[in-house]
Amino acid sequence: MSTGNMNLTLQVWRQKNKNSTGKLVDYKLSDISPDMSFLEMFDVLNEQLINKGEEPVVFDHDCREGICGMCSMFINGQPHGPKDLVTTCQLHMRSFKDGDTIVVEPWRAKAFPVIKDLAVDRSAFDRVIAAGGFVSVNTGNAQDANNLPIPKAKADAAFEAAACIGCGACVATCKNASAMLFVSAKISQLALLPQGQPERYRRVQSMVAQMDEEGFGNCTNTGACEAECPKGISLENIARMNRDYFSAKFISEEEV
Amino acid sequence: MSKLNSNIPAGELTQKWTKYKSSVPLVNPANKRSIEVIVVGSGLAGASAAATLAEMGYKVKCFCFQDSPRRAHSIAAQGGINAAKNYQNDGDSTYRLFYDTIKGGDYRAREANVHRLAEVSANIIDQCVAQGVPLAREYGGLLDNRSFGGTQVQRTFYAAGQTGQQLLLGAYSALERQIGMGKVEMYTRHEMLDVVIIDGKARGIIARNLITGELERHFGHAVVLGTGGYGNVFYLSTNAMGSNVTAAWKVHKKGAFFGNPCYTQIHPTCIPVSGDHQSKLTLMSESLRNDGRIWVPKKKDDPRKPSDIPEDERDYYLERRYPAFGNLVPRDVASRAAKERCDAGYGVGASKLAVYLDFKANTERYGKIEASKAGNHNPDKETCMRLGTAVIKEKYGNLFDMYAQITGENPYETPMRIYPAVHYTMGGLWVDYDLMTTIPGLYCTGEANFSDHGANRLGASALMQGLADGYFVLPYTIGSYLSKDISTKAIPTDHPAFVEAENNVRATIDKFLSINGTKSVDHFHKRLGHIMWEKCGMARNREGLTEAIKEIQDLRREFWADVKVPGSADEFNPELEKAHRVADFIELGELMCIDALNREESCGGHFREEHQTEEGEAKRDDVNFAYVAAWEYKGESTFELHKEELNYENIKVAQRNYK
Repeated sequence: MSTGNMNLTLQVWRQKNKNSTGKLVDYKLSDISPDMSFLEMFDVLNEQLINKGEEPVVFDHDCREGICGMCSMFINGQPHGPKDLVTTCQLHMRSFKDGDTIVVEPWRAKAFPVIKDLAVDRSAFDRVIAAGGFVSVNTGNAQDANNLPIPKAKADAAFEAAACIGCGACVATCKNASAMLFVSAKISQLALLPQGQPERYRRVQSMVAQMDEEGFGNCTNTGACEAECPKGISLENIARMNRDYFSAKFISEEEV
Repeated sequence: MSKLNSNIPAGELTQKWTKYKSSVPLVNPANKRSIEVIVVGSGLAGASAAATLAEMGYKVKCFCFQDSPRRAHSIAAQGGINAAKNYQNDGDSTYRLFYDTIKGGDYRAREANVHRLAEVSANIIDQCVAQGVPLAREYGGLLDNRSFGGTQVQRTFYAAGQTGQQLLLGAYSALERQIGMGKVEMYTRHEMLDVVIIDGKARGIIARNLITGELERHFGHAVVLGTGGYGNVFYLSTNAMGSNVTAAWKVHKKGAFFGNPCYTQIHPTCIPVSGDHQSKLTLMSESLRNDGRIWVPKKKDDPRKPSDIPEDERDYYLERRYPAFGNLVPRDVASRAAKERCDAGYGVGASKLAVYLDFKANTERYGKIEASKAGNHNPDKETCMRLGTAVIKEKYGNLFDMYAQITGENPYETPMRIYPAVHYTMGGLWVDYDLMTTIPGLYCTGEANFSDHGANRLGASALMQGLADGYFVLPYTIGSYLSKDISTKAIPTDHPAFVEAENNVRATIDKFLSINGTKSVDHFHKRLGHIMWEKCGMARNREGLTEAIKEIQDLRREFWADVKVPGSADEFNPELEKAHRVADFIELGELMCIDALNREESCGGHFREEHQTEEGEAKRDDVNFAYVAAWEYKGESTFELHKEELNYENIKVAQRNYK
């Protein structure tokens, strides 16, 4: 069993609700174990706040194993903190040093309004998926799965795009608050598979339209999204989405 | 006993579901449009049901407490989903999947339900592939399979270590499609806090908007709960932090019987606890047992590094005890065997509560095959390990990364340390063949119900059951009820039953906020978890369970006198959410102990130390306990037992043998 010996200063964004203005508040923490996850460190902070009669910090989290996409802290200027390819819940305190000051803010984007403290509203992502991120196949419509062989390379590429967890780190880190990495990952997954072909061009147009409607910014090829994505989603997806988007303009029968 | 009619259709086992489907009353499309169904939960069972019901034409409202339906904890399932496709030509069949599941469940599941599950399993794979779920494929473009515990065929379909994620995103996309078309109204960040019963039928729910704190009344002709399992009663489990029993417990208190609450699955391969700060445990998929060999040193308290312990000083205890199934015995058997070794003093790591899961032998074997493919028939060991590591990485890369992240160790170089942890609950709301609880119009699907896994669930069967219930079973069976309800008009939510239910919820919230005690909700949750793990965990006995019941009752009193819930009711207040959940876990914990105490036998995940064979295997008592224990709530700490006898007409009941 590890015993903790790290002393830290946290500067945490506190904001009562979406209408109020927020500010960074300092908290001192001691005896933190390097084996704790970043969120477990927040559990310790909250336990202390509750015992002191103060309001604990609200933050989103659920599975704590890096797959649900719910946790969403902007740590020292990076979504999910300093380590590559992990979510906040999989970031451990051994990635920090005794005596560090850590600044923790919510995702910041026009399309992701702050709800309270570190929790933001990411329902815009759901609406983008609802606009076309699916294959229109009702339950019971399917043929035998092996009637449709799919080359392994294609299936693997689709899987890699499908690994997106919808956390929104790409938006949070982008200077334009663009959602292109997220949107293009879903478009790519389905564009790479034969099942996605019938609606391919309709899909790209309606999802991009919804993305714009939600107030996400444009892509200027900075590449921060790819660098910060905890699942390593590739920028190639954005190129593929753009190709399909432009192709769609020339395919009249598929126009939305 | 009249209340416990399982409504299993007559006829031969293999024909029951087919005949049921062709004779179940239908609701015509025009009527469907005016029938409203509430679905609570958006995991595999909830999302698939909500999407399918909407496709059929019903008006659906779906609720989840997360910020998006895509986050439900089904997403974390790693290893795979079973289906009797027999694509590997290795002798699989519907009957064999049925048989393996009944046997794996230690002969405590209902034959008719399990056979139906096996029948629809193949349709699930077809449906998911049609949705664009990227399941793993062979070079020929066809679907790949792997092995899971408790079977001798390869029937598990998978998507690397993210099968649950990919299947859930499939169901989520189907759900979002219906939301986009306006056929499902989605309520995210909403938590169901009570069911509304009018004239004996479930007619709606009270839900709290978790952002504004507002209590909302929602009417439905029927209510479906797909709200998952209750493993978090142990505080530490592989469940998500928010996974809870509240919706199921509220309906239990309104009359729905709770089936086999003590049947808990302790998963053998999880990352061990590292300290008191631990908030959850992380699973390492059972699929790893395909290629990992489990061992401990033959010498007690061996201080050497695993790599320094030679082959002949290692005890591959699963291979030793169970030569036929080896490392692929079912979960309950593997967990108890790990506990036995650690209790006997052979555990490894700092806490001595861990065993090794070692990939070296198979890495080398894969490396040899790869070298051979490249024309090198005499590769040296280093080449084998290098090539083999690439194969292992492709199969399990994300799991190995996760392990490295959490422990700070590199599992490609040193064996993983693993220990059993609470993972799944086979118990749940009692349902009949139609998946209806003892409250008419209230259905329960997926892990939240008790129905298909008996006393132990086989690996890769939870995803199968969740999707079977939601895509292929409930959409048919609910028609049987709703077809009799077509003339019922939507009931206005100012009906006294709605008002009363809402007032009760409000009173509970006010009570939480007014106690203003000295200890946080988590404090009580951890203490409850400790009692449950020590006395109602992997091994149970009369004395411990009797003590636990008393301790939980004391804990409940203390909770209601001394809990501190900060903040107010009309805001986003996660501590208030947790207070509801922990209050319900405390009551459930007591019932689990009562059930475990009542069941004077060992079966599957329920191991009573008083009832074991000479070799330490679970010893069932089929004469006295071949029944489902369905508990009726009768007031504080009072539960009445109802029995549903289990009849095996197609399977010969035997002691499980994996030797």
